[in-house]
Amino acid sequence: MTWGGWSEFWAMGGYGFYVWGSYAVTGAGIALEIHFLRRRAREAKA
Amino acid sequence: MSAAIKWFWFASPQTFFPLAGTLARACWIGAALLAAAGLYVGFFVAPTDAQQGEAYRIIFIHVPAAWMSMFLYVVMAFWAAIGLAFNTRLSSMMASAVAPTGALFTFIALWTGALWGRPTWGAYWVWDARLTSELILLFLYLGFMALQAAIDDPRRADRAGALLAIVGVVNVPIIYYSVTWWNTLHQGASVSLTRAPSMASTMLTGMLLMALAFWLYSIAASLARVRCIILERA
Amino acid sequence: MIAAARCIVTRDLLLALRRPSDVGTALLFFVIVASLFPLGIGAEPDLLRAVAPGVIWVAALLSSMLSLARLFAADHADGTLEQMLLGAAPLGVVAAAKVLAHWLISGLPLVAIAPLIALQYDLPASLYGTLAVSLLLGTPVLSLIGAIGAALTLGLRGGGVLLSLLVLPLYVPVLIMGAGSVDMAAAGLSPQGQLQLLAALLVVAAAFAPWAIAAALRISTE
Repeated sequence: MTWGGWSEFWAMGGYGFYVWGSYAVTGAGIALEIHFLRRRAREAKA
Repeated sequence: MSAAIKWFWFASPQTFFPLAGTLARACWIGAALLAAAGLYVGFFVAPTDAQQGEAYRIIFIHVPAAWMSMFLYVVMAFWAAIGLAFNTRLSSMMASAVAPTGALFTFIALWTGALWGRPTWGAYWVWDARLTSELILLFLYLGFMALQAAIDDPRRADRAGALLAIVGVVNVPIIYYSVTWWNTLHQGASVSLTRAPSMASTMLTGMLLMALAFWLYSIAASLARVRCIILERA
Repeated sequence: MIAAARCIVTRDLLLALRRPSDVGTALLFFVIVASLFPLGIGAEPDLLRAVAPGVIWVAALLSSMLSLARLFAADHADGTLEQMLLGAAPLGVVAAAKVLAHWLISGLPLVAIAPLIALQYDLPASLYGTLAVSLLLGTPVLSLIGAIGAALTLGLRGGGVLLSLLVLPLYVPVLIMGAGSVDMAAAGLSPQGQLQLLAALLVVAAAFAPWAIAAALRISTE
């Protein structure tokens, strides 16, 4: 892929909403899972 | 006795606990590194698709998540069956530990599939066999978790969940073969063990790296969760 | 073994006959649900004719599921279930007998009433046969699979709704093939494929479900 600058990267050829919407929800899901796991571990050790 | 393998050495929650911690730590790191590599390949090495433009880059999450959603269900059913057959507590704990991560990947597969479907097929949701089966898989995961949550006695919860998981695992082959059984809109399987894949090799590399990353992540999350379950039940 | 099975079927049928309201309620639910759809989606004849197989099948599915909660609950409450577990007859046979009785009470009547619903939806009479066969093959599978869920959720709080959540995903292949067979016939194609797959499901369910139900009963009652 040829690098056309950050604005082109975020735009993703017009599909930015779909691509970044996917990656954002995935990242959020993983972050939430890790958060809940850490909270569960903390409460289990207490 | 010659070199007898102590098959059940780590079947005790107490001995498994520290091993799980070490393995989990290694897998978190491995997952992060593989994800970084996979995302780099996916965004900076793989070319733009001729038909779908940049929208296809969702594939680097969608397909690995879908693979993990199905794989983790089989893993869950496997440990549940072992726990039911050998009456080992840790196996059942492992099954319960895998379920939430599997449900998460099923949700991610559905969500990213919808966002990929909108620009390429024109609709967020179509009722073709594969999408529908993935939705059913999510219900199966949630049903397993709900059943275990509704039962107070841990041993009954383990066994009941195990039976449900084994009955549900029949659904997993149906998902896999649904593309063959029904003539539908969803893209035919383009990665197969016998045929050459029908996508550019850099795309395949990125996808496989992300799949491995998700796999290590699932192992790490499941091991971390099983440690919590061990502590809660001690 | 056959004697035990016959005894259980007779007992359940007798009990159901003494409480006809139980049977009647499930049947009435089936009719009411099927009557709700036109009220919701409009009474245009072409639309109703097109959705009829699916609506009838979904209504049958829901009605069959409603009566599942009662399958083991009464026996569990008065201790009869424990006696069955301790008894000489294999638990799988006991389970199969109870499911057969359940199907005779709540599944078979649906097959009988379905043509009336089909009439309401103006389904062509030529499709009645396929509809009846699909329900005849499919409702026993629903009873068999549903009984596994009923056994797993025995005595749990939130039982009925939890049972639905567990069992509905497993019902989906039956629904797809049952409604699909009638749709195929409606399109002028042969429904043989779907019907044979339904029959295969029935054979597999009849072979394996009783043992799963027995295992679930043991898990739930110890």
